[in-house]
Amino acid sequence: MHAPDGFIDAPTSIAMGALAAGGVGLALRKAGADLDEKRVPLAGLVSAFIFAVQMLNFPVAGGTSGHLMGGVLAAVLLGPWVGSLCVTVVVVVQALLFADGGLTALGFNVVNMALVTALGGYLVFVGLRKVLPKTKGGVVVASGVAAGISVVLTSLAFSLEYAIGGTGGASVATVTTSMVSVHVLIGIGEGIITALTVGAVLASRPDLVWGARDLPAATLAPDDLVGAAS
Amino acid sequence: MRARVGFGLFLALGLVVAAGLVLFVSPRASSEPDGLEKVAEDEGFIEGAEDHALADTPTADYAVKGVDDEALSTGLSGLIGITITFAAAGALFFAVRRTGGRSRPDGAPPTSSDSSRDGAAA
Repeated sequence: MHAPDGFIDAPTSIAMGALAAGGVGLALRKAGADLDEKRVPLAGLVSAFIFAVQMLNFPVAGGTSGHLMGGVLAAVLLGPWVGSLCVTVVVVVQALLFADGGLTALGFNVVNMALVTALGGYLVFVGLRKVLPKTKGGVVVASGVAAGISVVLTSLAFSLEYAIGGTGGASVATVTTSMVSVHVLIGIGEGIITALTVGAVLASRPDLVWGARDLPAATLAPDDLVGAAS
Repeated sequence: MRARVGFGLFLALGLVVAAGLVLFVSPRASSEPDGLEKVAEDEGFIEGAEDHALADTPTADYAVKGVDDEALSTGLSGLIGITITFAAAGALFFAVRRTGGRSRPDGAPPTSSDSSRDGAAA
């Protein structure tokens, strides 16, 4: 999903840059309240982990590949504001250090891969949590499904940007259809990786999962071995 | 709430997993075009793509210049990536907490691996 320079015209890229700056600025203001002593290094780890998993392209149908974007994963672990900043850091490092994602495209790449996934995906997660059982399993399923949906949301966001300022001649309808259909498949991978990772953290350090902090302690650790109560 | 592993161990294990993924799995990752690239090819707007302004930098395209072994080059670029990402995010969130944070009287008490630094921000 890292767009190179040139897919979207300059005025739209500038507008998306402004939108990204506004979104990141808002996240920076909101994130401070969500960061306690442990969440600073945890957010560093989550960012590094997302960077690593973004290198693991997995094959999907028809000679295509996809990789995790990680917005929902970060948001479930750290809250949507800190989570969106984690993915922003990853996208900026990728563009500046690894020439992955264009520099004029940085604005809409941040919007699509960090803000839409973490903020939009987290809203889906919150909605799913309301209807799913208040258990670890409920959190895991909500994470996975929201992560999958977040990828489709992102493909719609790109299609909208293409509709506004796409430089190619392809029709918006075919671009949208193609983007959504391939990203449904990539979303399944995103959902599986997200669910597995959230499940692993819930099993080892449930207290570190932002999206599970409403669960009663007894639900979080019924099978606890060490049990250092905090 | 209960924790099975100490926080320091959790962080260390997480970083080891990330390092293992970039070193041993990323060289085997699919090199097929990703979803957007494939759509751009199929719908004929791939020609619009411009060369990256930083395409000639030492770690462009997840390869370390001068390292000829392709798998090693990819793996090393990944190690550089997770190190810099961890440092950049850590510095950013440390600064955000200091400038934007407030004290959290409701926050969980620090674990044994936490420093004893007081959490209140100015």
